[in-house]
Amino acid sequence: MAYALQQLINGISLGMIYGLIAVGYTMVYGIIGMINFAHGDIFMVGAFIALIAILSLMSSDLMGGPAAILLVLAISMAFTALYGWTVERIAYRPLRGSFRLAPLISAIGMSIVLQNFVQVSQGARVKPLEPQLRGGVELMRDGDFVVQLSYMQILIIVSTLAVLAVFTWLVTQTALGRAMRACEQDRRMASLLGINTDRTISLAFVIGAALAAVAGTLYLLRYGIADFFMGFIVGVKAFTAAVLGGIGSLPGAVLGGLLIGLIETFWSAYFSVQYKDVAAFSILALTLVFLPTGLLGRQEIEKV
Amino acid sequence: MTTPQSASIAARLRAATLDALKATGIAFGLFVVMVGLRTDIGPTGALLLRTRWPDVAALCAAVFILRLVLALSVRPQQAAVTPARWAAGLSRAGLLFGPALLALALILPFIPGIGRYELDLGILVLTYVMLGWGLNIVVGLAGLLDLGYVAFYAVGAYSYALLAQYFGLSFWICLPLAGILAAFWGVLLGFPVLRLRGDYLAIVTLAFGEIIRIVLLNWVSLTGGPNGISGIPRPTFFGLPFSMGGGPGTFAGFFGLEPNPSHRVIFLYYLILALALLTNWVAMRIRRQPIGRAWEALREDEVACRALGINITNTKLTAFALGAMFAGFAGAFFATRQAFISPESFTFIESAIILAIVVLGGLGSQIGIAVAAIVMIGGFELFRDLDEYRMLVFGGAMVLIMVLRPRGLVGSRSPSVLLGARRE
Repeated sequence: MAYALQQLINGISLGMIYGLIAVGYTMVYGIIGMINFAHGDIFMVGAFIALIAILSLMSSDLMGGPAAILLVLAISMAFTALYGWTVERIAYRPLRGSFRLAPLISAIGMSIVLQNFVQVSQGARVKPLEPQLRGGVELMRDGDFVVQLSYMQILIIVSTLAVLAVFTWLVTQTALGRAMRACEQDRRMASLLGINTDRTISLAFVIGAALAAVAGTLYLLRYGIADFFMGFIVGVKAFTAAVLGGIGSLPGAVLGGLLIGLIETFWSAYFSVQYKDVAAFSILALTLVFLPTGLLGRQEIEKV
Repeated sequence: MTTPQSASIAARLRAATLDALKATGIAFGLFVVMVGLRTDIGPTGALLLRTRWPDVAALCAAVFILRLVLALSVRPQQAAVTPARWAAGLSRAGLLFGPALLALALILPFIPGIGRYELDLGILVLTYVMLGWGLNIVVGLAGLLDLGYVAFYAVGAYSYALLAQYFGLSFWICLPLAGILAAFWGVLLGFPVLRLRGDYLAIVTLAFGEIIRIVLLNWVSLTGGPNGISGIPRPTFFGLPFSMGGGPGTFAGFFGLEPNPSHRVIFLYYLILALALLTNWVAMRIRRQPIGRAWEALREDEVACRALGINITNTKLTAFALGAMFAGFAGAFFATRQAFISPESFTFIESAIILAIVVLGGLGSQIGIAVAAIVMIGGFELFRDLDEYRMLVFGGAMVLIMVLRPRGLVGSRSPSVLLGARRE
């Protein structure tokens, strides 16, 4: 029981990270209908920028305390957002209106570019980072087994909720959010009504990248490692989360992320760690076969 | 005195400089953290930061100059090169080019100056040509984007390696078996994803490819896990081994030749050439069969296809099975050539490379794929010294070619038959 509770906590905190990335996938898919294959690598770039920011702060003795972590988050979000913008500008915008596979293939190319750029500029070795936030709250004690909610997990849950609250406000209450929703429904009509669709799409990429940067920073702080290849598997899992929740649906992405995080954690805890990725990928296939619109997705009407 | 012309040149120069400055600002933002500060693992195991500001400055300067040159050289009025004439010229040249390339491929081992290294490279290129032609059936003809093609390649390779290891079967028995097993897996994986289209199909096939790789990696008792399988038997010349002993039972002894290690390489070269040509021949022939026409119809419009009474299930599954079968053949060949296989060889990046070859070749054009494979794999070898920059260049080229010529470098993918106009 205590073990299951601990796994529940771990699963939720991991799922929050997947949810943050999944929002980026689902937002871009909703607006321009393409899988941003490089999004996982944007997450990886976010983790690296956070790592460098933490090291810079440490070398000037400023690291420690919540203010420093907020600063790291802000730095990572700002620079990663620039990466998101650039990727869209270079690889996707020129291909708008091109044939169906072109943006996906250029996205795969961009993913290779980002991975190898980081490999060249930061080295191929796995970067270890000592834990920045130790300790936690003891929730329950069952014999020798202590259920702990670590401060790190609290940070993940609190900051994810805060970021998602801001994001929800942005999408539902502001002019930008209205423009984004309009583009999602009908891009041509939106542009006829005076919405700058290119700018809106760019901003969707920027926001998606900023959310991925938060996820990258939290992932780095939680697991203490970063390497240039980390974005691939995490990206596919976050995409799975987006599909499971119903692609195009923003609350669905978060829900899907939580589910994937829980399934993965419980699978590793009770079955096998080696096959945890297989579990996530199988869910992707099963969802698409039996529930193609996901949990909260809209039914798509096919026009001929 | 400023004439209107010089004024417009000055205006363009100013606009270009401004544009280049903007690009440089963005480049600075991109590179200042990721390039300017490098994380190194120090002697104590902790991470250290090392600054590299000159590199950032050099990169920014490069971006500035590049952008300036681009902005000044591209004239807005100048129309794009007429692609129709290009394509017509290319297809006319292609009529001669294909046979010429084939003739070159046939005599390659006997051209003076072609050594062991060149032949090995030729084998590598031909393997990718074959994989490209195989994937072309799925992607180019049937229009099903498969990102997990390397899984079938892995199935073929492991089929041969395991059958040879556990049952002692020879290469020539295993080659068809590997193809059949891979085709079987193609159907097995194809079945659940029949209803998916486009991007979803791509991601699910990617997931399947990863699942197969993870299973190969973790099923240590059968596959040896990350250590792979070594000591896979080399191929024989229809029963005559290529051994250095030169006895009567060996290739050299039977034909009365001096034993020479290059015999095996030449044999492998012709073997993969034959397999690749078989793939090409089957694909070309099937394209004219009803099933081939159905693939192309499916690619152009699935809904119309269904309305015309074409069995979508069978059409998709045959495409998957046939494409997978050729990957299985190629996999068996890969295993016998390397004599060692491990899950390392079957990562997603291989699928991406094969897909890139098909797309750059022009999705559906056989000769285009051959050229793309030569350019990509040959170029890959050429940049071998660049080592870690190689993949960076590769990815960049993929993006650049998509942006500049989204329909591929060489061919096109027009249907074989059209109402009102005849081709072929």
